[in-house]
Amino acid sequence: MKTIGQTIKSLWSLIVGLKITTVEFCKPQITVHFPRKEVTNLGSYRGHIDLVPLANDPQTPRCIMCGYCADTCPSGCISLKFHMVGEEVNPEQRRRLLLGLDVAVPRSGGKTPPPDKIERVLDGFHLNYNYCSLCGLCVQGCPVGSLAFSRDSYLVGRARQDFEFDLLARLKSRAGTNSGKAAA
Amino acid sequence: MPHDAMSKLVGDYYTTHFTPDPTSEGDTLILNLGPQHPSTHGVLRVVVEMDGEYIRRSEPVLGYIHRMHEKMGEVKTYLQYLPNMGRVDYLHALAWNWAYVGAVEKLMGIKVPPRAEYIRTITCELNRISSHLLWWGAYILDLGGITPIFYAFADRERIMDILQRVTGARLTYCYYRFGGVSADIDDDFIKETREFLQHFKTRLPIYHGLVTGNVILRGRCEDIGVLPVEMCRRYGATGPVLRGSGVAYDTRRFEPYSVYDQLEFDVPVGKNGDAMDRYDVRMAEMVQSVRIIEQALDALPAGPHVSPDLPERFIPEKGEVYFAVEGARGKIGVYILSDGTAKPYRLKLRSPSFSNLHVFAELAQGTLLADAISIMGSLDLVIPEIDR
Repeated sequence: MKTIGQTIKSLWSLIVGLKITTVEFCKPQITVHFPRKEVTNLGSYRGHIDLVPLANDPQTPRCIMCGYCADTCPSGCISLKFHMVGEEVNPEQRRRLLLGLDVAVPRSGGKTPPPDKIERVLDGFHLNYNYCSLCGLCVQGCPVGSLAFSRDSYLVGRARQDFEFDLLARLKSRAGTNSGKAAA
Repeated sequence: MPHDAMSKLVGDYYTTHFTPDPTSEGDTLILNLGPQHPSTHGVLRVVVEMDGEYIRRSEPVLGYIHRMHEKMGEVKTYLQYLPNMGRVDYLHALAWNWAYVGAVEKLMGIKVPPRAEYIRTITCELNRISSHLLWWGAYILDLGGITPIFYAFADRERIMDILQRVTGARLTYCYYRFGGVSADIDDDFIKETREFLQHFKTRLPIYHGLVTGNVILRGRCEDIGVLPVEMCRRYGATGPVLRGSGVAYDTRRFEPYSVYDQLEFDVPVGKNGDAMDRYDVRMAEMVQSVRIIEQALDALPAGPHVSPDLPERFIPEKGEVYFAVEGARGKIGVYILSDGTAKPYRLKLRSPSFSNLHVFAELAQGTLLADAISIMGSLDLVIPEIDR
């Protein structure tokens, strides 16, 4: 008698399962057919970092060349090149910004310092996106808010070089196209 | 060809030192489970000696995904080591985040604002649910049921959407910072989380109806891999594996950190210590996580999400510290020895999966191969965490 009861109970558990799968089968589709439709939750997607321009000058980044980002980056993705104001610029021998661990980072509490205090001119802001783990330490640590995540979630490349960016050149080309559009 | 000569000719060190005992009766077979085996979820390799369908002995072979996380801790500054933590256990990344930042905060005496503590609790518990959901789907998949993993992923996807809003990532989170979290949660986050919890409460009965009550699952789990408490102690097994054997040990309850001592939750335990008990414990833990998140959302205080008076550079004094949190797989511990410089002198990660895995060799002795797969699944192993 006990065995029969057990068997009926076991069979019933399978019917319960089938009932659930049948109900779920009739529910609307929850996946997105990618090429024809795109997902909508990409607002918080993190792409590679990008330079943020000054509010009044889209050609110039807010960067003050403190080197915090290059210094903090766990993978050493970022390198900056600069020259001093009034210095002869030799494209072959641009200085590389390097800070030791004992050098305190000039923090300005999120405000951009007045332009006359900046004695360096940025020549290049190189990002090797191949090694970036998108931790956000550079973006959150930047004292002047000069870095932001880009939102391009469909970035693809065929070679390693496709992910080595000069962010300053990207900023300038972006500003160029924007001002061109504005003029047109 | 003589039996022992042939066995020496094939296989690497791990197989050859596992040669069948020549005095044993009958023919035994050396079999490799993994490193690429669907049930090993990653690159775990288990060498087993089979006598027919039964396992005579087994030995896990580690190191296929060893990434030197502990050594990396010695060559990176305290801040630079943060992204590593999301990659030790990618399923419950936030618990590892927490263990590391907690250890550094304890070492440097950094106070965490109450809002940040609550945000950490909410996100960590959400992450725990998503980790248990993935285990649930994958375990049933190991046992031959394909449907549940799709159900689990549909819900898991919503958790990842919620966490993506604040962390910016979907899997390898790097969200906690020394003295707080990297981004504050907003009203949309709270609304979405509450909606998800309501939705999830309706999903759990479906899961139980579809899987827990199913006679086939019970046949594969009940009285399989019975783990005595004494054996858990011997191997240092923690988390749902230990609680399944009836010991109500939970780091959140017995070494309360953050705000867990102010929140009400039960520590579910099993009775016999078989695979079904470990299954039940994890299912019950998801309910407790829902309870914790609801209480934390209700009690969420206002204020800063990161400590306002943080040092410019994170250079602790000489000293050592150990901080433990409860991860989805058990007790996660981080030990740091500081020599007063910008980089740790030594960093040790205590991963629960490493201890839990080694129970397997003894549990699998004398069981059917198919049951061994069920035992391995019930231990909820994350291979990157074992190797670190």
